[in-house]
Amino acid sequence: MTKQVQQLDRVIIRFAGDSGDGMQLTGDRFTAGTAEFGNDLSTLPNFPAEIRAPAGTLPGVSSFQLHFADHDILTPGDAPNVLVAMNPAALKANLPDLPRGADIIANIDEFTKRNLQKVGYATNPLEDDSLREWRVHAVALTSLTVKALEDFDLSKKDAERSKNMFALGLLSWLYHRPTEHTIKFLEQKFAKKPDIAKANIAAFQAGWNYGETTESFSVSYEVKPARLAPGVYRNISGNQALAYGLIAAGVQAKLPLFLGSYPITPASDILHELSRHKQFGVRTFQAEDEIAGVGAALGAAFGGALGVTTTSGPGVALKAETVGLAVTTELPLIIVDVQRAGPSTGMPTKTEQTDLLMAMFGRNGESPVPIVAPMSPSDCFDAAIEAARIAVKYRTPVMLLSDGYLANGSEPWRLPEVSELPDISQEFTTEPNGEDGAFLPYKRDSETLARPWAIPGTAGLEHRIGGIEKADGTGNISYDPNNHDLMVRTRAAKIAGIDVPALEVDDPDGDAKVLVIGWGSTYGPIAAAVRRIRNGGGKVAQAHLRHLNPLPANTGDVLKRYDKVLLPEINLGQLALLLRARYLVDVISYNRVRGLPFKAEELAGVIQDVIDSDQ
Amino acid sequence: MTSEPLFASGKTSVNGKGLALIPKTDVKQGLKDFKSDQEVRWCPGCGDYAILAAVQSFLPELGLRRENIVFVSGIGCSSRFPYYLNTYGMHSIHGRAPAIATGLAASRPDLSVWVITGDGDALSIGGNHLIHALRRNVNLNILLFNNRIYGLTKGQYSPTSEIGKITKSTPMGSLDKPFNPISLAIGAEASFVARTLDSDRKHLQSVLREATAHRGTSLVEIYQNCNIFNDNAFEQLKDPDVRDDITLRLEHGQPIVSATKAVVRAANGGIEVAARDSVSADQILVHDAHNPDPSVAFALSRLDEPAFEHVPIGIFRSVDRPSYDTLMAEQLDDAVAQQGPGDLSELLMGGDTWRIG
Repeated sequence: MTKQVQQLDRVIIRFAGDSGDGMQLTGDRFTAGTAEFGNDLSTLPNFPAEIRAPAGTLPGVSSFQLHFADHDILTPGDAPNVLVAMNPAALKANLPDLPRGADIIANIDEFTKRNLQKVGYATNPLEDDSLREWRVHAVALTSLTVKALEDFDLSKKDAERSKNMFALGLLSWLYHRPTEHTIKFLEQKFAKKPDIAKANIAAFQAGWNYGETTESFSVSYEVKPARLAPGVYRNISGNQALAYGLIAAGVQAKLPLFLGSYPITPASDILHELSRHKQFGVRTFQAEDEIAGVGAALGAAFGGALGVTTTSGPGVALKAETVGLAVTTELPLIIVDVQRAGPSTGMPTKTEQTDLLMAMFGRNGESPVPIVAPMSPSDCFDAAIEAARIAVKYRTPVMLLSDGYLANGSEPWRLPEVSELPDISQEFTTEPNGEDGAFLPYKRDSETLARPWAIPGTAGLEHRIGGIEKADGTGNISYDPNNHDLMVRTRAAKIAGIDVPALEVDDPDGDAKVLVIGWGSTYGPIAAAVRRIRNGGGKVAQAHLRHLNPLPANTGDVLKRYDKVLLPEINLGQLALLLRARYLVDVISYNRVRGLPFKAEELAGVIQDVIDSDQ
Repeated sequence: MTSEPLFASGKTSVNGKGLALIPKTDVKQGLKDFKSDQEVRWCPGCGDYAILAAVQSFLPELGLRRENIVFVSGIGCSSRFPYYLNTYGMHSIHGRAPAIATGLAASRPDLSVWVITGDGDALSIGGNHLIHALRRNVNLNILLFNNRIYGLTKGQYSPTSEIGKITKSTPMGSLDKPFNPISLAIGAEASFVARTLDSDRKHLQSVLREATAHRGTSLVEIYQNCNIFNDNAFEQLKDPDVRDDITLRLEHGQPIVSATKAVVRAANGGIEVAARDSVSADQILVHDAHNPDPSVAFALSRLDEPAFEHVPIGIFRSVDRPSYDTLMAEQLDDAVAQQGPGDLSELLMGGDTWRIG
């Protein structure tokens, strides 16, 4: 039977199932195949904080969305074209996101009376015609998998566990994904359990063959590789890129990297990744708590290491006092905050941009800290190097604000040439800088206002630093009122004077009246929305802030150049507050705090409204 | 002058040789080399003066390059200590000195890192960091100045104050049972635990000698008198009329006795104190600081209850255990041996890559 092949320019697939169904793995493998095939892509994992929420329930649903295309794309997509629903809960939880006409591949084996009842379905939606506006493919994923594995010496339960690989095989057929890497991956993953490896591969191939032979799928789809800039690519998540960026920062700063960290969602993967690269001299220290994590990093920085701590919002709250100590001791330190939904524990696996004001002001006293925010998963690499550059050059703690969406989302990354990475190294101070061979630990560089970094082991430069106010120059304890005023102002001036690149504006015709500005992970959805507006003939300018403190020197000029400034944030207007206060510009905020990234369509509507109200 | 490379690996086995990785000086040092130019600002009569003088006059004996010594402190009266020593130092924040010192010592095995802390700093706000530093066994010397009171905040009870302590914050008496720092340290898997007294310079220095020779974390509790808010807290140990009776000197290989008392095995399997003249010499417990089993050391730490009837002074426990910084450095060496030195291009190219154009 020869099946029809249809060409598509882009597809959005969402895999959804129980948190124990292996949906994240399935999504990861489909992504790897897609990356290998050469599509541009963007992913959005979405999972509960519970490791194994009660089976078959709505709170236990875990999903993975993948957007891939034959052109460059900016987001994981607004609405799926295909939903793979491994059980009734997955269908019910995700159906509201699914546009009419989309495909639903449902595992009919799990649509039992009991499972339907668990999520409040009175009748089986696969049979009661309630899904008539979608294209439903009811596939017996579980029993087909078990049947395919009959010849293996596996319990029924173990065989059933491979149903995600059957689904992956089916989807791989449906979208012409290469299979070699998945087979190799399974062989490696289960190297110590070859039977399990073989069973999973058999399930994967059975899924593929099922697609090929069943009449349920008459069409398969092809999405041609994207025409991206020449280079070597790999797929990378934000957390992995950030970890690589920190390693690269250590190399480029010529400093040993020291990570002090306490496990916390969604930042732990950075600790995991860095702990695997000790051959770079990377020391990873899993501390007893958040405070010890940053404390150890600061202690290592005093000793001449590139000190880093990684955490999420609740951890930043705990680290605040130590960050203040780093501010006043003026030692390099990087605090990575992978923001998540708050307040308090909030929603650990969901994304938010709600820590900006905490990063900015969340310490006692006048305690300025530079802030850098990456704008995409792969940009976490460059942002980490930039944070390190500032920390080392200006001897200051730096906040690096990632978030859950960047951390777990992934995209193809064009690998940089290592030889083109910036040299961010600074010299340690090794000679006295005062009269008669004295060492003045707070005598500053006249240009950067940075103080000398003299590390233990350097003869003649023995000195004491600490949290108590220091006399200008000598660093000795000082309670002198005028000295304190001077030191407060000097520390502020040092941070305000950090060299950050100018804010670039994307305004193709130069005559837009409306500027949409953002920061951090909203770049993708904002840029996609801007594209939609422009494709529809509208005019809108876009700018994206990577440095939140200090802001680029031309920020005020840019804001004042436009009639209206729109600022979408996944918070209640934190950057808007800063921009309004600083530049007296009547910024229009658009805020949603749903634990999810913005959708491009949603933002396009908001931008259009602002444009229209301008006329 | 020997010189170790910066960020030296800890590959060499240095158990029992606490100073082996730290560069030595061939310059003769004296007490004045370790005095900073800062005016000492403790209350007149404070026990901290005696400890400072003892440490300043002890450090030259180690023969280390002064620039490779670092004192890290938290907050409290005792935590001003680093300002008065002409070494590297950090006066940090309340309770966190063990964490900060851990990062420093773990990344710089070539440094002699000291933590100066007090009973409030180490056992209250910083209790968590203390116990984890002890179990990790990072190469640190922790001096815990125990005056059983909060001094810098002007006289509230501390986690080592006796129950019923009348203070500004407890006018009807404190309710909480105090920590016994030695018991706590032994319970936290400490490899070196000792107690000494601010006023007994000779003993204090002998304990410091052993503590610095120990590679790993050494915890030295120093009974320190606060003459303003808790004067004479340890007077029995200083009073010539009774001190020899109540002080049980712990010396490895020696019977544990005071002038009139002796420690013996109790019928219930524990230990107890008996009149020295009521027992024969072979009944007296001989101190074994190196016993891997901490139970006897722990039992000894409980002998000072009820308070000050008899108080063991000296090294309760000193056992060899690999230090954390050494193990950490070994893992780095092993990673290089297995994978070769880190190569950034290789790292980035790892995983599945594809080429376009």
